[in-house]
Amino acid sequence: MYISASRAADGARPRSRLSWAVPGNVLALGTVSLVTDISSEMVTAVLPLYLTLSLGLNLLQFGLLDGLSFGVTALVRLAGGNLADRWQRRKLVAGVGYGLSALCKPALLAAGGSVAALGAVIAVDRTGKGLRTAPRDALISLSVPPDGLGQAFGVHRAMDTFGALLGPLVAFAVLMGTGGAYDAVFVVSFCVAVLGVLLMVMYVRDQRMPLPGPRSATSPRAAFGLLREAAFRRVCVVAAALGLVTLSDAFVYLLLQKRGGFGAEYFPLLPIGTAAVYLLLAVPVGRLADRVGRIPVFLAGHVALIAAYLVLIGPGWLVAVLALQGVFYAATDGVLMAVAGPMLPAHLRTSGLALLQTGQATARLFSSVLFGAVWTMWGSTQGLAAMAAGLAVCVLGAWSVVRRHA
Amino acid sequence: MTPVRRLLVLLAALAVLGGAAAGYAAWAARRDPVPAQAGQTAQAGQGGVLRPGQLMFRTAAGRVAGVPLADTSAAPTGSGLACDRFSTGGGTSICLVARPGPVATTHAVILDRSMRETRRIKLAGIPNRARMSQSGRMASWTVFVTGDSYSEGGFSTWTGILDTRTGYAVTNIEDIPLTLNGRRYHAADVNYWGVTFAADDNRFYATVATKGKTYLVEGDYGRWQARTLRENAECPSLSPDGTRLVFKKRVSADPDRMWRLHLLDLTTMRETPLAEPASVDDQVVWLDERTVAYARGGDVWSVPADGSGAPAPLVRGASSPVAVR
Repeated sequence: MYISASRAADGARPRSRLSWAVPGNVLALGTVSLVTDISSEMVTAVLPLYLTLSLGLNLLQFGLLDGLSFGVTALVRLAGGNLADRWQRRKLVAGVGYGLSALCKPALLAAGGSVAALGAVIAVDRTGKGLRTAPRDALISLSVPPDGLGQAFGVHRAMDTFGALLGPLVAFAVLMGTGGAYDAVFVVSFCVAVLGVLLMVMYVRDQRMPLPGPRSATSPRAAFGLLREAAFRRVCVVAAALGLVTLSDAFVYLLLQKRGGFGAEYFPLLPIGTAAVYLLLAVPVGRLADRVGRIPVFLAGHVALIAAYLVLIGPGWLVAVLALQGVFYAATDGVLMAVAGPMLPAHLRTSGLALLQTGQATARLFSSVLFGAVWTMWGSTQGLAAMAAGLAVCVLGAWSVVRRHA
Repeated sequence: MTPVRRLLVLLAALAVLGGAAAGYAAWAARRDPVPAQAGQTAQAGQGGVLRPGQLMFRTAAGRVAGVPLADTSAAPTGSGLACDRFSTGGGTSICLVARPGPVATTHAVILDRSMRETRRIKLAGIPNRARMSQSGRMASWTVFVTGDSYSEGGFSTWTGILDTRTGYAVTNIEDIPLTLNGRRYHAADVNYWGVTFAADDNRFYATVATKGKTYLVEGDYGRWQARTLRENAECPSLSPDGTRLVFKKRVSADPDRMWRLHLLDLTTMRETPLAEPASVDDQVVWLDERTVAYARGGDVWSVPADGSGAPAPLVRGASSPVAVR
């Protein structure tokens, strides 16, 4: 299964001036993400069942740990991103992130029934995820010529999402085949995760850039200094502002459930609908972004989100909301990395992406607090309307700023 | 590494990892006896196990069984019914079963006196609490719903109530108008769990959580409204005479020592810690007017409900106890 650069081109004739070919390194990183996501989503799918039915624990106890671990993850993400640049060893830092998460699978079994130990393992798993995201995206952006970044990130995100969709199915198959042995799910998940790390070690090529001048060129100060670059600062501000008025998926699904119209037992299927649309559209929308411009596509994705909120306020059509959410992810998640990548000097690529991702994640955390407050004061419809209005203002504002500086 | 050598390493790793995964799964499959088909109901006639004076519980293998309350070390009589949570009252039973599948769903099964299925309500999530009112009219349950992956955080509870006389079911009671500390309260994050009904099948008690705090609520099913009585009280269980509640009170931030069982006298609103020193995460059941039972550490225990005495093991390898009256 040697991954060649021409593989994606098999049987597909270029339909545009852009080539369908995706560099081997991107396919290798995509495969690592696919395999790792099978592993992690296997655990995600059965962990609540294992904790409640097998260990007799109360899931609400784990919710208390959430706020705490977010801060740690954010710090580790920033520090890891900067170290990857200082050493110019992005593959190593990403690999440590993948390795940490792999080790968490047997650790979940070793933690036994202790809530404190289980909470710690879950926090380490998240830290591993936080650690690897920025170096991985930096590797993708450094492996592809700038005009093909949208497509490359689209391919990566599609493979990633495909793995996430497969994970629960694999976990279910293991549970069925073993008569409900959760430990077998964790062990199989660990083996799959080790395969992911191995693929990373053997097939992903590091991108080590010669450092311009002294070591201080990659210091934390230099990393935060990236925000002095007007173009990158604008992207960070726009992403954070939009993040602040983006509802978390959990709220969207909750509001759909409140609208009713479908049986309670179908509630857990809602994220699958969004993921399926994301999977289908990630590559075509990424290619579109390369052709017509990434910022317009990124902003159009948020227009789709406004439409999703309006449908949620109005007729509440389930399929339309899920599809629009999927369009939003396809047009924004990888595309934002493709927007920011070329703006950042190669030797500080990881630090810059980590900064952008952390800013966005922090804004989304605050958005949940904000929406909760608006809901409490005025009700859910008004909350949705406020978020939609906020999105519209941010999209228009961003568009005018971009137009002025284009 | 040359591409050929790399490929050989990869194939070898695939063989080792695949072998380890398959080997462990095969070993695990033989180690565990195949569990019963969840929610499978017993043949008519086996309902005889539901006799007054019996203590019903869920065995470690996931089956509902019973022993005489006067002699809990006797060999259990199986009912053949597989449940994750079980409760019974007035001849009607509720059985919550997690349904296997790539996503978590739960069925609430209502059974008649001879343990025949009369109603099945399909729910999202994972079984947490089940309770049948003394008369057998009001069934209630709580499930954990994970709308998103655990890495995103965010669990919620959905608590439902079924009036078996009218057949009307509410799968999530969180829209009930709530008065908190005397003021009408609206919030996105309200979660209810652990319902217990009074003998009139209208007044009920439950836990509501919002903004990181929990409250004991008193609800009126007919008027469809609820009000908080006090803070920090979870999983209430009303005594048969309706004058006292036993609940779990949060006493520590240490997740392994979080709760202690307390008694609340509803006339004086005075609370008394029970003699069980260990953390208990269960909604207790009353065996009579003086004693409660609960699951702890994989066994069912009992303790006097007035703070005196000491906990005593009732049934080993059991959970979800309920006394048949």
